[in-house]
Amino acid sequence: MTLLAQIGEMARRSVTQTLRQPALLLPPILFPLCLLAVNVGGLDAATKLPGFPTDDYLNFAIAIPFMQGALFAAINAGSSLARDVETGFLKRLALTPMQRSALLLGNLAGVMTVAALSSLVYLVVGFAAGLKVEAGAGGVVVLVVLAFLVALAFASLGALVGLRAGSGEAVQGLFPVFFVFLFLSSQALPRPLIEQEWFRTIATWNPVSYLLEGIRSVVITGWDDVALERGFAVAIVLCAIGILGASRALRTRLVRT
Amino acid sequence: MRRFWAVARAVAWRQIHNFTHNPAFLLPSIIFPLFFFTAFAGGLSNVANAPGFDFPSGYTAFQFVFVLLQSAAFGGVFTGFAVAADFERGFARRLMLAAPNRLGILAGYLLAGLTRALIVGVLLFVVALIVGMQIHGGAVDLFGLIVLALIVNLIAALFAFGVAFRMRTIQAGPAMQMPVFLILFLAPVYVPLALLAGWVHAVATVNPFTALVEGGRDLISGQSFDALVAYGLALALAAAFMVWAVRGLRKAEAAGG
Repeated sequence: MTLLAQIGEMARRSVTQTLRQPALLLPPILFPLCLLAVNVGGLDAATKLPGFPTDDYLNFAIAIPFMQGALFAAINAGSSLARDVETGFLKRLALTPMQRSALLLGNLAGVMTVAALSSLVYLVVGFAAGLKVEAGAGGVVVLVVLAFLVALAFASLGALVGLRAGSGEAVQGLFPVFFVFLFLSSQALPRPLIEQEWFRTIATWNPVSYLLEGIRSVVITGWDDVALERGFAVAIVLCAIGILGASRALRTRLVRT
Repeated sequence: MRRFWAVARAVAWRQIHNFTHNPAFLLPSIIFPLFFFTAFAGGLSNVANAPGFDFPSGYTAFQFVFVLLQSAAFGGVFTGFAVAADFERGFARRLMLAAPNRLGILAGYLLAGLTRALIVGVLLFVVALIVGMQIHGGAVDLFGLIVLALIVNLIAALFAFGVAFRMRTIQAGPAMQMPVFLILFLAPVYVPLALLAGWVHAVATVNPFTALVEGGRDLISGQSFDALVAYGLALALAAAFMVWAVRGLRKAEAAGG
């Protein structure tokens, strides 16, 4: 069996597993949309602040659901691999000629399907609510690509933890950690408008700020090279760390078996 | 009555012991409210400069009241998780067999929930004062705010207990948590009611939690406070959910624990 065929088989299993479980499919779509609705209504007054980059908070906040969707991707990818460790599925796979890369990429396929589906739903709901993308149709494509890359980065980090810990409970414990990163970023206000200096410093050092600002830039500014370069750079670095780390963890896990 | 209190004391002591001796229960209860307080009061403080934002005690105090009531509500919900877990493990069945007055079980869990809310509330107060929160209300106002937070804890706990008694499994967690989460966040969280926009404003206007959180903010800032509305509503909700919880307890008894 070729590598592609192996990836295809693992991906089919992963996608089927995910689509059959509403608990894996619905929360990544509904929860971020609920919070988006609450934030848009609750923080609309912030658009009246001098220097706020848009007069509609929806345009500013639309980046947040993509990040929250990525958090769910991390948890679901990690839990899925941890479950495979816990149930002994990985041990059985180790007896077959299945390649490590096929196992990892195939396992991420289900999560990435949900991430792609979620991204489309966020955009459709956003447009229905009056979202305007300054960079036009090309900007929407770039936004989707960046969001997909962010989801892949977080999913691979989740997979890394899932494989290292081999416990679904440990993966669930990641959610608050990721949530802290999201909250201590420029998610609710642009960095220059964050009044507290200590908070602005944390947000500046927090890589999540640059992911948000990259997605946000095509919506609000148009083509902002700096924001996009930073956003893509952070996403690619996180992807590399996650995929390499998960791959090494998988090698260790398979050696142990 | 003596039997009632004996049962209540024993159940409360066990719950409080579990809560204070297990870091997995204690730490999230403390860290999450502190984190929300930090993220909201620190990251969003500039929102207080939005036109029409006229809260005299500053944004830290404005957010403190929400986080205090939120932590009180979640303290109640988390105690509901403990009730559900006791049923799932079969402990509640033995408890019901042993307790001469089963309403004492309900009272014990309630006392544990109130203690939990008090511990977290005190810590929140200490942190808020350290970071320079302004309090313009007097001692009576502050006492009123604490009483309000305890009633909110009671309401959330009674709601969660009702669910736990009926479903008797920890899988009922989302059914306890999500409604409370939605009611809390569909209130004026970041800005006063008048500055909310769109449908969130319409929902917040009829959301009973709005009257409680706005009442709490009036108390901390020493503004005129409609005690009848805030406490009347809070006590009416507590009474309604007491009926819900007691009927749930009877259902659990009928089902054999």
